[in-house]
Amino acid sequence: MNRQYIIRRILIAIPSLLGISVILFGVLAMAPGDPFEELATNPAIPPEVRMALRAKFGLDDPVWQRYLHWFSAMVQGDWGFSFQSRMDVDRLILQRLPVTLIVIGASQLLAISVAIPVGVLAAIKPYSIFDQIASTFAMIGFSLPTFFTGLVLILVFSIQLDWLPFVYRADINATGWAFYGEHIKQSIMPVVVLGLAQAGTLVRFMRSSVLDVIRLDYVTTARSKGIGERKVIVRHVVRNALIPVVTLIALQLPAVFGGAIVTEQIFRVPGIGSLLIAAILANDTPVVMGITFVISCLVVLFNLIADILYGWLDPRISFR
Amino acid sequence: MAGSTPVSLSADAPASPQLAVQPRKARSISPALETWRRFRRHTLAVTGAIVLLILVSGVLLGPYVWPVAINDIDFAAKLQGPSLAHPLGTDDLGQDLLARMMYGGRISLAVGFAAMLVALTVGVLVGSVAGMASGWLDAALMWLTDLFLALPTLPLLLLVMYLFRDSMKKVLGVEGGAFVLIVVVIGGLRWMPVARLVRAQFLSLREKEFVEAARALGASKVRQVVQHILPNALGPVIVVGTIDVAAAIIFESTLSFLGLGFPSDVPTWGSMLRDAKDYLDIAAHWALFPGGAIFLTVLAINFIGDGLRDAFDPRRVL
Repeated sequence: MNRQYIIRRILIAIPSLLGISVILFGVLAMAPGDPFEELATNPAIPPEVRMALRAKFGLDDPVWQRYLHWFSAMVQGDWGFSFQSRMDVDRLILQRLPVTLIVIGASQLLAISVAIPVGVLAAIKPYSIFDQIASTFAMIGFSLPTFFTGLVLILVFSIQLDWLPFVYRADINATGWAFYGEHIKQSIMPVVVLGLAQAGTLVRFMRSSVLDVIRLDYVTTARSKGIGERKVIVRHVVRNALIPVVTLIALQLPAVFGGAIVTEQIFRVPGIGSLLIAAILANDTPVVMGITFVISCLVVLFNLIADILYGWLDPRISFR
Repeated sequence: MAGSTPVSLSADAPASPQLAVQPRKARSISPALETWRRFRRHTLAVTGAIVLLILVSGVLLGPYVWPVAINDIDFAAKLQGPSLAHPLGTDDLGQDLLARMMYGGRISLAVGFAAMLVALTVGVLVGSVAGMASGWLDAALMWLTDLFLALPTLPLLLLVMYLFRDSMKKVLGVEGGAFVLIVVVIGGLRWMPVARLVRAQFLSLREKEFVEAARALGASKVRQVVQHILPNALGPVIVVGTIDVAAAIIFESTLSFLGLGFPSDVPTWGSMLRDAKDYLDIAAHWALFPGGAIFLTVLAINFIGDGLRDAFDPRRVL
């Protein structure tokens, strides 16, 4: 693949990362509240001292200077200290991030492995009974809010049937296979909730993408050459129909992270989503900013990966 | 060329019997009526519209039929299932769930529509400016749109709610502050698809002959947009707007569910679910009614959007 294309994409990603950091800093800078508010009402501290303190911490600097200061600290990994957890924010987030990435990854795999066959089968026979059922279920999956699906699953599988635990535990006292078995068992519900929400959207994407491709002349050519219908669909249609879906999956990522926050909160999965909510409720600003920044970076990173994949799957793109 | 396409009735067959009948059959049908006719044939969309109508009228008129206070505490009747005295049961303080559901529904629907209006206004504005002005302004606006598309909506929404909630409360009161903040932020994070859509429509429409004719007659840029281009670009925008209502309702419920939406004493569907989730084992009805209401509303709106999408697409044969 063409190296220029990759470099160009990376160069496009950098300004958007900078733009996101400007937006985040802007939100923080516009927020009301002054860290030295208490000192202003304290009669024991003369105003000159307060002014000196403000000057020392750079609060009176122009906005762009404060932004540069903040941004260089973020880039260097100096994200502040969490007063709630009594540790550095970057270490805290790194500790929680793997769980979130595993849950999101597993749910995406589930969503893709359900949605692609269903979407393809629905598009092969449009307006058939299977298509109508699949489209209706996709619509239902797409309309179900994750927090409600999660509660219904808890109600059915934990409370009524008592099959699965509804609180995610990090400290399982078991070893070997039993340890992994318990981990898988407690991950089923969060992964299914997040995966189903995604699958609904993906089925719709996949169906319309296959419908676009299946009408093209090269498919007719493949059929008239006597290639079996199955092979035409799998080797010729689906391969090309997947190309736009890759981008759509990447564009869905902000929504996936949102869903992960809710899901982690419901099942008390110790990832960055539940950490974000806990930090917000405890007024732990450095953690809130850190997590929002990390999620934004991840979204930009995955968009970049999708762009590069897109160029690899469809070489015409990279020569534009 | 003549006779190469036998399917279409072209100018070379003026004497054909079908064409002779045409003038009598072709009654003028306005585009709106045509759209309505197409929409009517979409069974699920019509069902969605009826369900939404019932929900909206129930939420708006219900309190007159069922005048029970939303904060009438009765510990003797706490966590009861549906009964005649409380058709949807009660919560942990013995408050009537039907009354609270109707109150919460008003908030959810109001937030949904208001946030949709904000998103459409911003999106149409950005999209039409970008679509009319080619060059650097277009490029800059589209870069901004793509940037906003890459923002993680929910974390940012939570961040803004967290940072601004208290000061908005002081300015606009408890409920008003939360309402304005939620609507502006949800609308402000959902305008991007509208902007891209409007720009794409503008790029093709502004080159069409009827716009050129208007331009030749000396119509100003604003008049070209408002009178000629925008009305023709509106169909897809309405579809996206419909789906935005559903998305805004889900976002508001999510915020309330996470405890960062409306203050906890204001019953919304999301906050009722949050309170109910600790009582799932003994009072499942408490979670199922508001959750079901959110689901039903969102599903109905999404089906309406689907039906409108098909109805506005003139190429589609139903």
